[in-house]
Amino acid sequence: MVIDIAFWALGLVAVLSGAAVFYVDSMARATYALALSFVAVGLQVLFLQQNYVGVVTILMMVMEMAVMAVYMVMFMGMNPALMPMSMVHGNRTAVVVAVTTFLVLAAGILMVDWPARRGSPPADVTMALGESLMGPKMLVMAVVSPVMVATIVAGVVLAARRTRYDRFGDDLSRRPADDPQPGGVGR
Amino acid sequence: MADPMAMPGPGSPTMEVAPAWAVAAVALLGALVVVAALLDGILASRASGGPGRTMSGLARPFGEAARLMRQRRRTTVQADTVLWRIGGAGLLVTAALMVTVVPLGDWTVFDLDVGVMWFNAMDVMVWALVWLAGWGANSAHALVGGYRFLAHGLGYELPLMFALVAPAIAAESLNVGRVAAAQEGLWFVVWMPVAFLVYLLGVAAFSVWGPFAPALGSDVAGGVRAELSGVDRLLFETGRYALLAAGAAFAVPMFLGGGAGPLLPGWAWVLVKTLAVLTVLVWLRRRLPAFRPDTFMEVGWMVLLPAVLVQDLLVAVIAVWRS
Amino acid sequence: MTLEATLLIAAAIFSVGLYGAISQQVVVMVMMGLELMINAVILAAAGFWWFLAPDPSGQVLLMVVIAAMTLEMAMGFAVATLLHRERETDMTDSAADLAG
Repeated sequence: MVIDIAFWALGLVAVLSGAAVFYVDSMARATYALALSFVAVGLQVLFLQQNYVGVVTILMMVMEMAVMAVYMVMFMGMNPALMPMSMVHGNRTAVVVAVTTFLVLAAGILMVDWPARRGSPPADVTMALGESLMGPKMLVMAVVSPVMVATIVAGVVLAARRTRYDRFGDDLSRRPADDPQPGGVGR
Repeated sequence: MADPMAMPGPGSPTMEVAPAWAVAAVALLGALVVVAALLDGILASRASGGPGRTMSGLARPFGEAARLMRQRRRTTVQADTVLWRIGGAGLLVTAALMVTVVPLGDWTVFDLDVGVMWFNAMDVMVWALVWLAGWGANSAHALVGGYRFLAHGLGYELPLMFALVAPAIAAESLNVGRVAAAQEGLWFVVWMPVAFLVYLLGVAAFSVWGPFAPALGSDVAGGVRAELSGVDRLLFETGRYALLAAGAAFAVPMFLGGGAGPLLPGWAWVLVKTLAVLTVLVWLRRRLPAFRPDTFMEVGWMVLLPAVLVQDLLVAVIAVWRS
Repeated sequence: MTLEATLLIAAAIFSVGLYGAISQQVVVMVMMGLELMINAVILAAAGFWWFLAPDPSGQVLLMVVIAAMTLEMAMGFAVATLLHRERETDMTDSAADLAG
């Protein structure tokens, strides 16, 4: 009973703080409302016994939102205290699409005759996840890793303005590099 | 439906106590905070010179606490009060959540099977909280402090994560009790010293302590705490000490053998070791130069991260070789 | 705490995220909508795993979802930075010519 109430309460927090992301008129509040939504979902995943996934979700998303807040302030370049933040287009279409989606999904969820549970959970869920990632599902790891490396490279290529010729000069011989913001190692 | 979030897994070496004991854990954390503050007061008095300073140093934290409790709260124009208060008070809550997974001898409040990750998730919370404390005041200096902390965070967080990975690999578990139990005979600090040092650096960093204090620097009028006053400031400062104490307490099961030791019972050894680590951290405050936020990231990524990764590799090779 | 409850909560979060992704003009806000949708997927996948088929390897799907989310963030930030540098804008409407 207590578990049910806690689960529903967390769900409510997750949905409402998710809605608050697009309702509040402050960049920091929007970002951290999203972080709160992720923390609530992470705790719900803990209730569903997947401790590793739940804690990793909380860890990653709080960190990501801390960075996200910086990006918001950097790019939106306006003072939310002076200027209310309402920047939407096609609001009515979006509301209709969202509500329709929810109704269709909810109808599906309630009408489908869900099958009974198959099998029982492993004794140590985290260990099972690790063993399947390093064993039968190794291919997933093997694919995700190079994709992540490619993403890092692509992200840096897209985001970086200066190239190595800007840093080291036309013949790449300038040492130390000419950086607007020198690093701590002195390369 | 099974009991949620229990699952210490089969054969956990620690015993989960009733949730009400969390109060005792928080009280213990509070006692550690007082000890750390007293120690810092003494060191501050001695640094300011003159004989017979110890007594005034002992009185210093209490005097400061009394002063802050009576101080009127400062208000700023257009402050985001909700976020500001969350940021100021959250550090203390985060520290309390950290110590729930630390076993005191044989007992632990929250015997989570992924306790190491839990600690890590909590220390990431500090990113959000310190930045929010800087943002909420709607003050330029406080916000500069918040950004300085995030700049440090980009440098210290990954080395800290990989430092925590090393004991987990060696113990083949993310459960804090099992990591402590795996050190029977040889403490992890002996054969993973790099991870231990980087971990201590990380603790100082998420407590905004010592070399990582530029976020609170006097060159930006106190940084994050520039506009914090009265009880809010007291909570923020207590939160920093509490994070330091929680970090020291977590080092004990991770690197220092948990409750292992002669004569004394396990819980006493945990406290003794925690106090020792805490003393070192407090003492280091005045011994290390500040890391500049703008240059520290390269140090973190070019020096600390490779060092810790090599450490992890060595630990993994040894772990495979032993099994 | 049933499968239906979990999925209904997930559906609600998904719809809110969909609304945000469609309606917001600022790139970073659109990304927040996408994040919210992925958040719902995490919850739904966790629910399916626990209530329908708690076999050892089912959780791998969740790891893939989380990995997809990090990739989305990384590329999103990179594109937002590029857009801001090239066009001094962060609005999706000013980048409409990028749609093929």
